[in-house]
Amino acid sequence: MNAIVKQLTGLRDWVDDRFPLMTLWNDHMGAYYAPKNFNFWYYFGVLSLVVFVIQILTGIWLVMSYKPDATLAFASVEYIMRDVSWGWLIRYMHSTGASAFFIVIYLHMFRALLYGSFKKPRELIWILGMFLYLALMAEAFMGYLLPWGQMSYWGAQVIISLFGAVPVIGGWLSEMIRGDYVVSDITLNRFFSLHVVALPFAIAGLVVLHIIALHEVGSNNPDGVEIKKHKDENGHPLDGIPFHPYYSVKDSVGVVVFLILFSMVLFFIPEFGGYFLEDNNFFPADPMKTPLHIAPVWYFTPYYSILRANTVNFFFVPAKLWGVIFMGLGVMIFFLLPWLDRSPVKSIRYRGGLFKGALAIFVVAFVILGYLGALPPTPGRNIMAQICTVIYFLFFLLMPIYTKLDKTKPVPDRVTH
Amino acid sequence: MRRLITPILALVVAHGAWANEGPALQDANVDLRDTASLQRGAKFFVNYCVSCHSASFMRYNRVAKDLGIPEKAVATDMMFTTDKIGETMQVAMKPADAENWFGVVPPDLSVIARARGADWIYTFLQSFYLDPSRPTGVNNVVFPSAAMPHVLWELQGVQRAVFKKEKNAEGKEVDVLERLETAVPGRLTDAEYKQTVHDIVNFMVYMGEPAKLVRYKVGAWVIAYLLVLLVAVYAMKKDYWKDVH
Repeated sequence: MNAIVKQLTGLRDWVDDRFPLMTLWNDHMGAYYAPKNFNFWYYFGVLSLVVFVIQILTGIWLVMSYKPDATLAFASVEYIMRDVSWGWLIRYMHSTGASAFFIVIYLHMFRALLYGSFKKPRELIWILGMFLYLALMAEAFMGYLLPWGQMSYWGAQVIISLFGAVPVIGGWLSEMIRGDYVVSDITLNRFFSLHVVALPFAIAGLVVLHIIALHEVGSNNPDGVEIKKHKDENGHPLDGIPFHPYYSVKDSVGVVVFLILFSMVLFFIPEFGGYFLEDNNFFPADPMKTPLHIAPVWYFTPYYSILRANTVNFFFVPAKLWGVIFMGLGVMIFFLLPWLDRSPVKSIRYRGGLFKGALAIFVVAFVILGYLGALPPTPGRNIMAQICTVIYFLFFLLMPIYTKLDKTKPVPDRVTH
Repeated sequence: MRRLITPILALVVAHGAWANEGPALQDANVDLRDTASLQRGAKFFVNYCVSCHSASFMRYNRVAKDLGIPEKAVATDMMFTTDKIGETMQVAMKPADAENWFGVVPPDLSVIARARGADWIYTFLQSFYLDPSRPTGVNNVVFPSAAMPHVLWELQGVQRAVFKKEKNAEGKEVDVLERLETAVPGRLTDAEYKQTVHDIVNFMVYMGEPAKLVRYKVGAWVIAYLLVLLVAVYAMKKDYWKDVH
C-alpha cells in the first residue's frame, strides 16, 4: 500500500514539475476559501455544472444515432427511443436536462438578486454569467429544432422570422440564419452544427472564465459581507473554509438530492404535462400545416409574452418590431444590474422593504408572463401580459431610485449563522 | 414507487400546457400492466388500422417480445404486409392512392397517442355519426370533417346525432350537438365496444413509447439507489463539518 502511495505521489510531483497541477488544485479547490455560511441558494452553481456535464455526455451519445436530415431526423429520434439500447434513457436525460438547466440557472440568477452577488467587485462574474445565459438560450433554441416535430419547426419559423422585423436588413438577416427562405433541411444542418459544436465550446469556455473570475474575487454569501476583510495569521479568511473538502462534500448532498428530483421527472413524467416535451412535437414537422397555437418551451415563455404584449404601432414603428425590441431588452437589461442597484448593502437580509417588495412583485410578474406565454392569447390575457411587462421593466428602470431611498439595516462585520 | 410518485407529480402539472379546447374527452383509463388488453389491442390494431395507417417505428418482433406473444403467432396472425418479423408495421396502400381515395395520406400512428393523447383517440373512435354531407357518410364530434371513415362501424353500429336549438352570442338560433344515439346497432354491445376501443388505445399508448413498460421499474431502482447514497453522503457531510462553527 505504502509503495503505491509513494509511486502515485511521485507521479504527481513529476507532473507538477511540468504543469501547475498543485497550483490549480489549490487555487480552485484545496485552498480556495469559501464563506462558511452558504445556504440552500448556493447549490445552484454546482448544479448547473452537473447539468452541463449531463447534457454533454448524453449529447455525445445522442449524436451517435441522430440524423440531422429533414427526411430522417424525426424517425432517428424514435429509433433512439426504441431500437438503441437504453436510448430512451439517454434521450430523456437530455430532454429533461434542458429544462433542468433553465430551472437551476433561473434559481442561480435569483440567488444573485437575493444577495447582491452582481455588485462590486463581482460585476464581471455577473456579465460572464449573462453571456452564459445568452449562449444557453441559443443552445436550447437550436437544440429544440433537432427532433423535427411540428413545434420544433414552427417555433423556429416564428422566432427566426422575428429577425425579419429589424428595419432594412431584416429580410436578409433572417435568410442568413435560416440559410433558406423557410426553415428547411439547410437550417436543420446548421442548427445541428451550432448546437453540438460551436455553442457547447462557447459555454465551456465561458464557464471556465466565470469560475476563474469568481475565484479571483471570492464568493459572496447570504450576508453579503467580504470574508477577506478578516484573516487569520496564515492569511486565510476567518469566516472561510477550504472548498475541498467542506463544500465538495456538502455539494455532493445537494447533487444527490437534485439527481433524485431529476430522476422522478425523467422516469415518471418526462413530458411534464406538455411543458418539457410538447404534445404537438410528436407530429413530424410539416411545412404545409401551420399549427393553430405555436408556443415555445416554458423557459422562453416569459419573453414570448413580452413579445406578444406589444400590440400597438406607435412612433412609426410597427408593433412587431416593438415586440422584438422589448423582448431583446428584457433579456439584455439584466447586464446592467450592477449599475442599476445603488444600495449600499448587498444582501436582502439588510435591505429595506422597498427592495424586498420590488423583488417580490418582479418575481410574480415574471412567473405570470411565463404562464401566459404558454397559452393562446385572448384580449384579457394580453392586458395581463402588458401590465406584467410594464412591471418587469419598472423593476429595472426604477431600481436606481428605490434602492437609494430604501432604509437599509446595519451590516454585521462578520458572517452570521 | 410509481403509484406514489406519479399522482404527486401529476398534481404539479394537473393542467397540461396545451390542453385541447373542444368537446369533453372521456378518460381512456390506460393501463399498460394489463397485458391481455394490450394483446387484444395489438390484434385489433393490425386488423383494423394497419390497412390504411402505418406504424413505421413499431417492429413486429418488439410487439411479440414486449407483449408476450409467440413470434410464430405474430407472423401468422398479425403480419399482413410483410413476412419479416423484424420489419416495422408498414402499410400496403400507396401514398398516391391514399390521397386519391381519402384526400389525405393517413398519418403514421406510431406516436399518435403521444401527440393526440389517449383520451382523444378513445373519444374519437366512439364519436362517429351519420352525416350525408361528408364523402364517407360520417362525421366525427372530436375531429369535425375528418377524412377517416368509421372503420369500426360493424362493431359499434351506426350513430346519429341529436341536435338541440340554442341561441349563440349574437342571439341567433343554431343547432348544437346534444348527444349521439344508436341508429343501427352493431355486433357488440356498448360496453363491449368501449372495451374494444380501450384495448386499441391501450396498445397505441404502448406503441407510442414501448420503453414505458420498463421505465417505471428502472426509475424505482435508480431512486432507491440514490436514496441510499443520500444517507451515506449526508453522513459524510455531517462528519466533515463537525469542526465548522
